[in-house]
Amino acid sequence: MRRRTGRQLGAVLAASVLTVSLAACTTGGTAAGTATAPPTTDDAAGAPTTAAPLTGELVVLAAASLQNTFEELGERLEEQNPGLSVTFSFAASSTLAQQAAAGAPADVLATASTSTMQDAAEVTGEASVFAHNSLVVVAPAGNPGDVTGLADLADPTRTVALCALEVPCGAAAQKAFDAAGLTPAPDTYEADVTATLTKVVLGEVDGALVYLTDARSAGDAVETFPFPESAQARNDYPIATLTAARNPAAARAFVDLVLSAEGQAVLVDAGFDGA
Amino acid sequence: MGTQHDAPRRGRYRVPPVGILVPAAVALAFLVLPFVALLDAAPWSALPGLVTSPAVREALWLSLRSASAATALSVLLGVPLAWVIARGDVPGAGLLRAVVTMPLVLPPVVGGVALLMLLGRRGLLGRHLEAWFGVTIPFTTLAVVIAATFVAMPFLIVSVDGALRSADSRMEEASATLGASRWYTFRRVTLPHVAPGIGAGAVLCFARALGEFGATITFAGNFPGTTRTMPLAVYLALEQDPDAAIALSLVLIAVSLGVLLLLRGRWLTGPLS
Repeated sequence: MRRRTGRQLGAVLAASVLTVSLAACTTGGTAAGTATAPPTTDDAAGAPTTAAPLTGELVVLAAASLQNTFEELGERLEEQNPGLSVTFSFAASSTLAQQAAAGAPADVLATASTSTMQDAAEVTGEASVFAHNSLVVVAPAGNPGDVTGLADLADPTRTVALCALEVPCGAAAQKAFDAAGLTPAPDTYEADVTATLTKVVLGEVDGALVYLTDARSAGDAVETFPFPESAQARNDYPIATLTAARNPAAARAFVDLVLSAEGQAVLVDAGFDGA
Repeated sequence: MGTQHDAPRRGRYRVPPVGILVPAAVALAFLVLPFVALLDAAPWSALPGLVTSPAVREALWLSLRSASAATALSVLLGVPLAWVIARGDVPGAGLLRAVVTMPLVLPPVVGGVALLMLLGRRGLLGRHLEAWFGVTIPFTTLAVVIAATFVAMPFLIVSVDGALRSADSRMEEASATLGASRWYTFRRVTLPHVAPGIGAGAVLCFARALGEFGATITFAGNFPGTTRTMPLAVYLALEQDPDAAIALSLVLIAVSLGVLLLLRGRWLTGPLS
């Protein structure tokens, strides 16, 4: 009863948001000529990348694994638009999708899997996959447990950390083990990929499965071992603007930047596979 | 407001002043309404299935076992420490009192990190345990008990310390005058005297241990049957199935409330209330 009311309310909200945004699109289309008139002079003055200088605040909800790359892209967008301030909230994708669906005040959502993006489908525009992340086996510096590959994480005598199945990196890990025909032997299911990596950096476990990007960010604290089955367990990272975005122009610009050659270069540098 | 006026009013309902009643009602609403909302959101039809699933039974059983062990450990070690603080004539008892109650005010995750630095595989003590005995504490149920004891024992110590300090020490003095040793006096006079305080402390200690989350997930890890207690199960369920998280929360609330009601009734009726 209570839930149905909530869902109805959600549907009404979504419908009204959709109507408003559709209206905004059509009026935006006709108004574009007048609205972009002053910026055209700006363009002539030498700001070719943006149609109009963006102002105000842009709030981006992004998967924890995107922290380094997105912060860099956010800084670049701020440099291009001095009036704009970009704020990030990095957390587990599923948490962010729930927050977005519950009406968290934000403009952009980027998650670490398409299924978590689906959870927020009612409040997002069309999502575009902008990167892929693959898993690697990591061991603490010095490799005390003598770990060299995925099979060592299926060895009960070693101490192993994996992401919980409930979060994207855990689901991807399960796919990797399935592809390799192995039964994992974890001693702990960590709440997110960062916590999993921390257990390796602290030397509490002999080995773990984390994203290549996280392994790179840990530098010399971990040793990294790629494995062939990771190709079958790649995570797709989708990004979408929120239909209730308070700063839709900036939201669109950030998504465009992520998808642009410039954005893709930053992501590939960090270890992601481009879109 | 003297006793003469109170006597004939005994048993009759007395309305507190508005200046007290209003903030008291706001405080009560603030503490109770979140639970009302949880009850309102509960998936009642799916509840029996969610609550009796093997995963929930496993987590609840682990929580009850480890909270009981943490309470026993706290009574065994915490009562003597409380005695030392309250009666031991040690220098710097005030500082000691502050230090042992630190886990009460620190975020539990800080406790988890501290335990990891002490007892983890590369910890101050842990690396020797590993090298000499091949013992690793993280990722074991023992680690859950240690984490729970660390955050819960201060509740017992504060409670027993308070009981000792407010207790009349003349009986102990009389016992000493009659030739009893301090150890005999402690066992036969002091302990029975502060038993309600120990009981109340143990109840709080158990309830706190049952709800422990931060230190557990940081220090002990999270594996079904070994280290995944109810609070960890709630946190993980929230990632995928909020209904299951609500159901698990209700179970934990029911168990905690039951423990507090039953044991408080058992221990605290009598001389104190």
